Amino acid sequence: MFTFLARRILIMIPTLFITSVLIFTIMKLPPTDYFETYVAELQAQGEKADLGRVEFLRKEYGLDQPATTQYVRWITGFFKGDFGYSFEYDRPVSDIVGERLALTILVSFLTIILTWVIAFPIGIYSATHQYSIGDYGLTFLGLLGIAIPHFLLALVTMYFANVWFGLSIGGLMDPKYFNQPMSWEKAQSILSHIWIPVLIIGAGGTGSMIRKIRANLLDELQKQYVVTARAKGLPPGRALRKYPLRMSLNFFVSHIGDILPTLVSGAELTAVVLSLQTTGPLLIRALQSQDMFLAGSFLMFLALLTVIGVLISDILLALLDPRVRLQGGSTR
Amino acid sequence: MTHEGKHDLLRIEDLRIAFQMQDHLNEVVKGVSLRVPMGKTVALVGESGSGKTVISQAVMGLLSRKGIITGGRILFRDPKQPDKEIDLTQIPRDGRVYQSLRGGRMGMIFQEPMSSLSPVHSIGNQVEEALTLHHGVRGKAAREATERMFSLVGFRDAAWAYDRYPFELSGGLRQRAMLAMALICRPALLIADEPTTALDMTIQAQVLKLMKQLQQEFGMAILLITHDLGVVANLADEVFVIYQGEILEMGEVDDIFRRPQHPYLKALLKASPSFDMAPGERLVTLREVPALPPSRKLREVPRDQPILEVRDLNKTYRQSGTLSLFGRGGSAVRAVDNVSFDIRAGECFGLVGESGSGKTTVGHLIMRSRAADSGQIMFHGPTGPIDVLGLDSGELRRFRPNVQMIFQDPVSSLSPRMTVLDILREPMIIQGDLGPEQQRNRAAELMQLVGLDPRFLNRYPHSFSGGQRQRIGIARALALEPQVIICDEPVSALDVSVQAQVLNLLKDLQQSLGLTYLFVSHNLAVVHYMASRIAVMARGRIVELATRDQLFRAPRHPYTQALLAAVPYADLDRPLDLQALELTSASDPSRWPGHFSGPGLEMVEVEAGHRVLMRIEGIGAKGEAA
Repeated sequence: MFTFLARRILIMIPTLFITSVLIFTIMKLPPTDYFETYVAELQAQGEKADLGRVEFLRKEYGLDQPATTQYVRWITGFFKGDFGYSFEYDRPVSDIVGERLALTILVSFLTIILTWVIAFPIGIYSATHQYSIGDYGLTFLGLLGIAIPHFLLALVTMYFANVWFGLSIGGLMDPKYFNQPMSWEKAQSILSHIWIPVLIIGAGGTGSMIRKIRANLLDELQKQYVVTARAKGLPPGRALRKYPLRMSLNFFVSHIGDILPTLVSGAELTAVVLSLQTTGPLLIRALQSQDMFLAGSFLMFLALLTVIGVLISDILLALLDPRVRLQGGSTR
Repeated sequence: MTHEGKHDLLRIEDLRIAFQMQDHLNEVVKGVSLRVPMGKTVALVGESGSGKTVISQAVMGLLSRKGIITGGRILFRDPKQPDKEIDLTQIPRDGRVYQSLRGGRMGMIFQEPMSSLSPVHSIGNQVEEALTLHHGVRGKAAREATERMFSLVGFRDAAWAYDRYPFELSGGLRQRAMLAMALICRPALLIADEPTTALDMTIQAQVLKLMKQLQQEFGMAILLITHDLGVVANLADEVFVIYQGEILEMGEVDDIFRRPQHPYLKALLKASPSFDMAPGERLVTLREVPALPPSRKLREVPRDQPILEVRDLNKTYRQSGTLSLFGRGGSAVRAVDNVSFDIRAGECFGLVGESGSGKTTVGHLIMRSRAADSGQIMFHGPTGPIDVLGLDSGELRRFRPNVQMIFQDPVSSLSPRMTVLDILREPMIIQGDLGPEQQRNRAAELMQLVGLDPRFLNRYPHSFSGGQRQRIGIARALALEPQVIICDEPVSALDVSVQAQVLNLLKDLQQSLGLTYLFVSHNLAVVHYMASRIAVMARGRIVELATRDQLFRAPRHPYTQALLAAVPYADLDRPLDLQALELTSASDPSRWPGHFSGPGLEMVEVEAGHRVLMRIEGIGAKGEAA
């Protein structure tokens, strides 16, 4: 078990290194950088750019240095907690991301919980009542959830909320509370806004989760050990919980690895449509404007979360499944 | 036989079971009546598709949702309440009464002990569960009772066994764990559905012995479901023979084996190969399949010259058990350990061993489908000797037509997405010697050669039965007119009657085409029928190599002797010597006498053509040298 863990953790290092090089290279690929675009934009508008300040910032952040030096500076800073400086917002990256990140995680976390709470019972019902009317009906609803794009659902909801109830459902809170310290009123405002994006973003995830749970459980229900459990005299419900459900958890736990990155980057388009104060719209804007430290650090953060997520699900899997624990990864 | 009796534990009367298809009912059990007296073993014998397993599921209430009991009764009389008879067809399958019977009064074991156990729960947990469920025993008392049960079924260290997971155990131990689970509540009836079919011969004998012992100890009845008449002869008191959902013959085991009446049973008894067959005697098949003899004799082989020489072949597999930081390290298993033998042109060379002995790996190494670590394989073809292991990829492709292979599983070895014609043409296309029209003609010819109608060429494999698929596999192996065919357990997935057909076909083809076989099998009777010289493998080494007569008349190596002693004969006069059986693995060298184990072993010729792996100084002491 210890070597298993050590191996897993050590393997993260080259993975992260290669990812960071890739991210940095892609950020550097365009022939221009943020300042050149910025100056060109200003000149096109007939304004004068403060070239002295641009030069100062270039020097300050080492953009005049060779690429390797820049990379080393960025990556060491990243791991020291200095995520760089956003040129567009003229503030350190950590300042900008701060509250948005907390909100994003809140939205995503609630979405995931909602997905599980709805999808699990439905998936189990569908699998144990395969080809019944209930199965078909729920499957239909789930497929609807998968088939409708989030942002479309968001638009439609916004439209009808306005037409029927005269409500404006955008945002995660009343705009006046944004970037203000937490207060009781602010919390209330968040709570009254947050359920709509959670429902909208959760719809698709729930649909596909139902399909996955159903398929997995159906596979497991075919297995001979289920017959053995029933031959032992276990009532159907207990037999289901102890054996096939436990086995289909394997899939579920492996899935946790994918969840962490979606916590911060899920559903950007929906966020734009609903003008949520989450990180998604920020990342899109940063990529467009070549705000390299903001975009790069954000992408790197995602990579880190992905790797940690996979590690967590591997550890959980090892705890859950003796075959992984004792045979070192080979599940037969 | 059908008299009413209070001593019948289970009585099935005119049982009919049908499966719900799209729009109709498909009846698979057509009015079966049988009985299981208390404390006796009743065998239900039939081939696959005969409905025997469906009957057992109906008794246990484990029929799938599509299975419907359309008529008849299943009466169960619990010895604890001898005056009460329950009709199991009348109580709900998932009701309380049935649940307390299942596992409590009726236990069941299955064919595949690996898939029958949950891989993520320890076997102790799974066995104890039944005890807790039916007797409410928990905690320490339950653990003690479970460990006692593990000792009873032959685990040497019961406390150790309790915490093991199924994948940590061998097949034999897993089946013991299953047995422990079925018996922990001391049921009145044990239903055993092909309990030993998936096990090695020596392990099978041990499990049979165990079942017999426990039956006497617990006084339970056994309903044994099997296709293996050897097992029946050794275990059963009464026999019911079932064919296509109907009982054809029933009686005491003595009547069944000594005075069979029904032609099907007579044929079944003759269809399985036995050691008493005279050289050249043919197996009698239930349905003879006429195969056309080839239109031309393909080639003259110089008989008795070695066609394949294997020298000092080695293959080591790394076990993925332990992981080091960078890549996989850990212990290595010598799958093939200094294996040397010659195969003579035109003969059938048998390679016998239990699972894990390395016999299949030898076949793969000769095919070059796996790379040998060291050794030499010389092929003496018409164009002179070829060093098989030294061929580069182009040469290997040109060499391929010489050696072909027939596989064990006729289902997975044929692509379900290709027609038979495509399957048969594929090797010819790869070799590229024949035009499309010639390929088509050749494929038709091959079909006739293996007794199939050439009109079936455009069908897909799923429309053929198991035996027919295996014929297609044989036809594919013949497509390139090979000299040598490696047959890897070609009949172990087939029913007895079909097995006879395929074995006879292989024999005929060997004669008419002048083929040489390397016949790999765990089944001694089959090898006895096919092979003229036989090598016995254990733990990657050949421990004995002799002609068929020498090997079966005077086996020298303790492992060969153990193998032969474990064969269950379909003959009441030759029961298994259960007393002599030990509960440990026969392939464990530490159990062999001194001069057969340890370092410095060599193949010693004890008589002409009969070689045994032993230490030379052992010969003088024992005086075994010729």
